[in-house]
Amino acid sequence: MSRSDFAALLPLLIISTTAVILMIAIAIQRNHKTAAVIALGGVGAGLGSLFFAAPVLPRQVTGLFILDSYSFLYMAILLCAAALVLPFAYDYLKHRHEYREEFYVLALLATTGAMVLAASRNFASFFLGLELLSVALYALIAYVRSESISIEAGIKYLVLAASSSSILLFGLALIYSASGSMELSQFTAAMTHTASHGDSVFLVTGLMLVLVGIGFKLAFVPFHLWTPDVYEGAPLPVTAFIATVSKGGVFALFLRWFQVNSDNRAGAAGIVLSILAVASMLTGNLLALRQNNVKRILAYSSIAHMGYLLVALLAGGALGASAATYYLMAYVVTILGAFGVMTVLSGPGWEAASLDAYRGLFWRKPLVAAVFTTMLLSLAGIPLTAGFLGKFYVLTAGAAESRWVLLFTLIVSTTIGLFYYLRIVVVMYARPADPGTMSEANTLPLPLPATIGLAALTGLVFLLGVYPSLFWNAIVAATRNLG
Amino acid sequence: MILPSLVLILIVGGIGSWIAARRSEVFARWIALGSVLADLSVCLGIWVGHLGRSQSTPKSWFVAFDLAWIPQFGIRIHLAIDGLSLALLLLTYFLGIMAILSSWTEIDERVGFFHFNLLWVLAGITGVFLAMDLFVFYLFWELMLVPMYFLIGIWGHERRIYAATKFFLFTQLSGLLMLVAIIALAVLHKQSTGIFTFDYEQLLETALTPRAARLLMLGFLVAFAVKLPAFPFHTWLPDAHTEAPTAGSVVLAGLLLKTGAYGMIRFVLPLFPGPSHELAPVLMTFGVIGILYGAVLAVGQTDLKRLVAYTSVSHMGFVLLGVFAGNETALEGAVVQMVSHGISTGALFILAGLLQERMHTREISAMGGLWETMPALSGAGMVFAMASLGLPGLGDFVGEFLVLLGAYRANVPLTVVATLGLLAATLYGLRFAVNAFQGPNPHHWQLPDMRPREWAMLGLMMACLLWIGLYPQPVLNSVRQSLAVAQQSTFPQEVVRR
Repeated sequence: MSRSDFAALLPLLIISTTAVILMIAIAIQRNHKTAAVIALGGVGAGLGSLFFAAPVLPRQVTGLFILDSYSFLYMAILLCAAALVLPFAYDYLKHRHEYREEFYVLALLATTGAMVLAASRNFASFFLGLELLSVALYALIAYVRSESISIEAGIKYLVLAASSSSILLFGLALIYSASGSMELSQFTAAMTHTASHGDSVFLVTGLMLVLVGIGFKLAFVPFHLWTPDVYEGAPLPVTAFIATVSKGGVFALFLRWFQVNSDNRAGAAGIVLSILAVASMLTGNLLALRQNNVKRILAYSSIAHMGYLLVALLAGGALGASAATYYLMAYVVTILGAFGVMTVLSGPGWEAASLDAYRGLFWRKPLVAAVFTTMLLSLAGIPLTAGFLGKFYVLTAGAAESRWVLLFTLIVSTTIGLFYYLRIVVVMYARPADPGTMSEANTLPLPLPATIGLAALTGLVFLLGVYPSLFWNAIVAATRNLG
Repeated sequence: MILPSLVLILIVGGIGSWIAARRSEVFARWIALGSVLADLSVCLGIWVGHLGRSQSTPKSWFVAFDLAWIPQFGIRIHLAIDGLSLALLLLTYFLGIMAILSSWTEIDERVGFFHFNLLWVLAGITGVFLAMDLFVFYLFWELMLVPMYFLIGIWGHERRIYAATKFFLFTQLSGLLMLVAIIALAVLHKQSTGIFTFDYEQLLETALTPRAARLLMLGFLVAFAVKLPAFPFHTWLPDAHTEAPTAGSVVLAGLLLKTGAYGMIRFVLPLFPGPSHELAPVLMTFGVIGILYGAVLAVGQTDLKRLVAYTSVSHMGFVLLGVFAGNETALEGAVVQMVSHGISTGALFILAGLLQERMHTREISAMGGLWETMPALSGAGMVFAMASLGLPGLGDFVGEFLVLLGAYRANVPLTVVATLGLLAATLYGLRFAVNAFQGPNPHHWQLPDMRPREWAMLGLMMACLLWIGLYPQPVLNSVRQSLAVAQQSTFPQEVVRR
């Protein structure tokens, strides 16, 4: 491996090294603040190294990694998301009596796993990245051991993720046996494969099994059953982490290797993906309607949002990949903001998850409520927010390729979705029931790190919603060479 | 820079009055009033400056503004004003002032946030009337919704949440269909010319197959028909109008409904001339159904605001009839009807607000003999009821008369049936006036009469109605040019016949 190979791998190396350093630092002296600073510093250095390593792109490092502007773009998104989760996690953990420091080690490991996914080009690196991500997440979900609901969520995720991983592995094995290659590009080949060959059965079966594994991670219907329980049970920062870093990493891989173009749209994979998209959009939004827990609402809404992403991916064409990436960026920023607000409102020992915790919030904390409203409106896709332009790009990509069924499903389900976002908004602007029910969090001042994080996220939501040109060119440049 | 500043003044004014309300509520009201007044005077300035020119320069904007925004998709902040936009903007700011004045004592909590929302709704409406880029148009179209939702949802009456949510969902779904139609139009334009643009003037040139044009037109039409509201899509309106606070009802009935009609005239007719022509009989029929249906239901209402809401459905039926009647007379009538309906219905909602503030009920049966205790207010109520039923000499008559005159040339049977709507209008107008104001005073109401502020509002509105009723020529002159453009593209043979 040459020097520039190492340079290209620098972001991955930095994040994994930081995890090791952090582990050693914890062994020497437990200190919550130091651990958080080291983790944040590592993520910051990782972000910086992206710029440093950019000149050596694009580059293939061994058979495992492909480092180009696309994987760097996704690494940047993942690292930014991780960097924004950490301040919220710091505030969250400060109020809890667990061992706090290992949280950051696990978060860094999971981030590394997601980054590996974004850069992998081989079955081996794909699976390694996925397991690195998943194993770290098992522990993170069950991190608050005093809460039985967290343990339950952790175990549920462990069982389901492990079985989906084995299904995925079997699928990979089938594809390997049929094609004799471990390259991820086999996915694209399998999708365009015509049924003339004898081993096409293996290929298509393998591809479907791989889709199950990926669909589980991204929570497409019908592989979504874990989502609400895990979202509800996991500590808030971890929920935010799953929604952004975990899904973002898997989606990066999915988008790169499951390019749909007009040749393979009518193939089995294209049809299956279309069905998944329609089912995810409708099911996610419909099931969210009757929830009373904000975490569960956002869990179901995340299922629907993955469906929207799938629409962009299925649209393909010149715009599809860029639209999907933009939508993902918008979603990551927005959902981080939403979970950030929830973290800020949570007190020691309890989370602001039930809808009642938000009653009259606007009259008590107007700014926090305004931020939360912005995030919800962005999720609903109201203009001037990131979510709207994301939807606009998805719709444009779909219209350019005449994917009308998907587009109309998207419209109808967006309208359904609006209803439950408005429900939360209504509760926030309703009169407070009576002063006696005011919870203790009202007296807590807003913690500084989380406030900065929220301000940055709100700014980003509006920036992405008003001035997309800034990001769009970079996204188009990065996604041009796909598919 | 004049045009963006119209929007910006309202946006900044809204934020300003929100902040100012922490110190002094009165100050916040004055800031809101000041910003709308500023916009009104700017528009009046443009109007006075172009009074003579509107005839001479065919198809050109009075003032325009163009700035690249999202170059990758050819989206530009393109704002422009012509006679039609100008007339509707003047109406917007006039009613905006009335809305602020009418909530001067009615709204006493969260005053700052209220005026913030009110001004932002006005900003959205301003943008809708100005935008000449379809993307920007959609943006403003949606932007009106959120603050309106808050106006109804926070300061509304008993069933406000239900009404606000219904309003939002109806308009959002139809709006998204329009967005898809807009995007599809731009995509088709790109496929035929290679240029990605959302610019109105360039999209006018798009060559469409008849089938594509019909589908796209339906996308636009649904959004506008829901806003208007045309007959099958009207069900959100009675709830929203009834539950909204006075200012909200005034803005809804006076302005938001007009954006639907404006969209039909500005976008549906010129962009899709072929299908507009084809579908005109169907749409006119829906207009007539709306006229009768709204009027008949209005007769049966006991809640004053609900009654006025249903009269809106009826009056907007006339607008739909006029827009698709296919000749300039009817189209001009539709615009006059839009303006005068904005004023007369706005006034009726203000009146309902005044009565509710005094009596804490909107039930007509609880009223009666109010002339005894409030002669001035009852007199004003009488005038506006008469305007609403189409008494000659007041604005609504001119609009309805021109619409019927034009529609008669297009379709005689429909026009005859539509005329029956005027009959029902007489019924509901007189029934309301008699039950509320005339006769004995069975409930022994003792109420204060109008205050100077209320006098000023209703007096001004009355003067405007009289002006349009007696001398509508200035309004007609200023909109004629823009209407002719819309007209020519869709129904060219009619113009020749004139």
